Amino acid sequence: MNALSIQDLCVNYANHHALEHINLTVSEGDFLGILGPNGGGKSTFIKAIIGSIPYTGKIEIFGKENNFSTLGYMPQSLDLNKRFPINVLEVCLGAYLHKSWNILHKYTQNMKDEAMEYLSMLGIEHLAYRGITELSGGEFQKMLLARTLLTKPKLLLLDEPTANIDPQSSQLIFELLAKLNSKMTIIMVTHDLTAIASCVKSIACLSQTLIYHGEPKLNAEIMTEMYGCPIDLIAHGHPHRVLPHHSHD
Amino acid sequence: MFNAILEYQFLQYAFVIIILSSIVCGIMSNLIIEKKMLMISGGLAHTAYGGIGLAYFFSFNPTLGALGFTLCCALFIAILNRKSTIPNDIFIALFWALGMALGIIFIGLIPGYTPNIESYLFGNILFVSWEDLILMAVLTVIIGLSLVLFYKDWQLFLFDEDFARLQGLAVNFYHYFLYLLVTLSIILLIRVAGIILVLALLSAPAASASLCSKSFTGRLLLSILFSFIFSFCGLWLSYHLNVSSGASIVVFAFCIYSLLLLRKKLMG
Repeated sequence: MNALSIQDLCVNYANHHALEHINLTVSEGDFLGILGPNGGGKSTFIKAIIGSIPYTGKIEIFGKENNFSTLGYMPQSLDLNKRFPINVLEVCLGAYLHKSWNILHKYTQNMKDEAMEYLSMLGIEHLAYRGITELSGGEFQKMLLARTLLTKPKLLLLDEPTANIDPQSSQLIFELLAKLNSKMTIIMVTHDLTAIASCVKSIACLSQTLIYHGEPKLNAEIMTEMYGCPIDLIAHGHPHRVLPHHSHD
Repeated sequence: MFNAILEYQFLQYAFVIIILSSIVCGIMSNLIIEKKMLMISGGLAHTAYGGIGLAYFFSFNPTLGALGFTLCCALFIAILNRKSTIPNDIFIALFWALGMALGIIFIGLIPGYTPNIESYLFGNILFVSWEDLILMAVLTVIIGLSLVLFYKDWQLFLFDEDFARLQGLAVNFYHYFLYLLVTLSIILLIRVAGIILVLALLSAPAASASLCSKSFTGRLLLSILFSFIFSFCGLWLSYHLNVSSGASIVVFAFCIYSLLLLRKKLMG
């Protein structure tokens, strides 16, 4: 079964075409990495899937439209109000909002224990009662990831989960995601080619249109078309992007 | 002034409206600031002037005119905020100016003497009527209950709307409900601080509380306290200096906020 099926997706912002005629299917159990230049429509693509922006075309999640209950979504931290007066544990417990039936939404001890377990998995259990205003960029990202995982989604959408995170923590997160991939389908927007090489099963390259979708084997031709300028790939264990001398004609 | 409160009914009404409006301002100022709706609130407050002018021209209750007109504009802005990709600021600025322009035109068209609309522009807490008290009490109960019963829903809605929607929260309901509460608060607070000054009551309490507390509950409670202090001390000053009560409240609120900001800077 397809976890995600997208037909002729178009998104327009005022007079700007953010995404044009995207057709894409993601099989259940896949781990798709989405690459693309800044402004290429990667985050817009994710926002269309979660239904937070207007679009034309058809998006089916596990065979149904608007099937949002199966989704887990981790936004870019820049999209959130980082000055909001809330602590890390309260943010994570937000994942249980629909499960707490009483009108005051009182969270049970089991819920709190499980939230602490996920924070511990990401190495930030000591920050549970710290206000989010006091977190570093990386700690904030880890908190958002813990909250998203607590929703136990069937399809996990991650928008640059390792932005602001040091290489060691990034590796920890990629290993965790690779492990979780046996239980859920994952779509991850990233600029990190290390992630592409180390954990994804397929990639999609977006720059307004879908330039490539297939195995995670990047070549200079695809990269050049995606970024709009000549790019060489040099591998030192993991691939790196290199801009050779070029004009901007 | 305390003896006068016991003696004069208008001061008793003013004291009760201060208590009720403190709860409204304390809660709403936090929702408005966290949802970044300050400019929308300012726009809606000025839009109300169009409704007041309309009501005077057609000879019906100005508060009712302001409420109907502002609610229509708020609904329009709320829908555009959800459906349009055009920046919201443009619509807010247009409605802000349109409301003031219509108010000026309608009041200018009234034959004979021009009505005294100063109390709507700058507010006068001493002119509060029994009906104003009842309306403010009803609004206080609605806002207070909705916050206490759905506290965590509000918290998630304010912090991360996309996540809240995926968790099954009816975010569209909260979106429109918030616009409704903001509009009702503005219309009723116009009696206290006036169209031009009401924005201070919807920002200063939460802004001051944010300098003293790191938790959402703490900020809500402190905002209510600050709002009461601003209004009571402002009224006390206006009583003794014989100046406008709305203006005194706003100036006092600004001074306290500045002192708190200075204290925070000095203490690091």
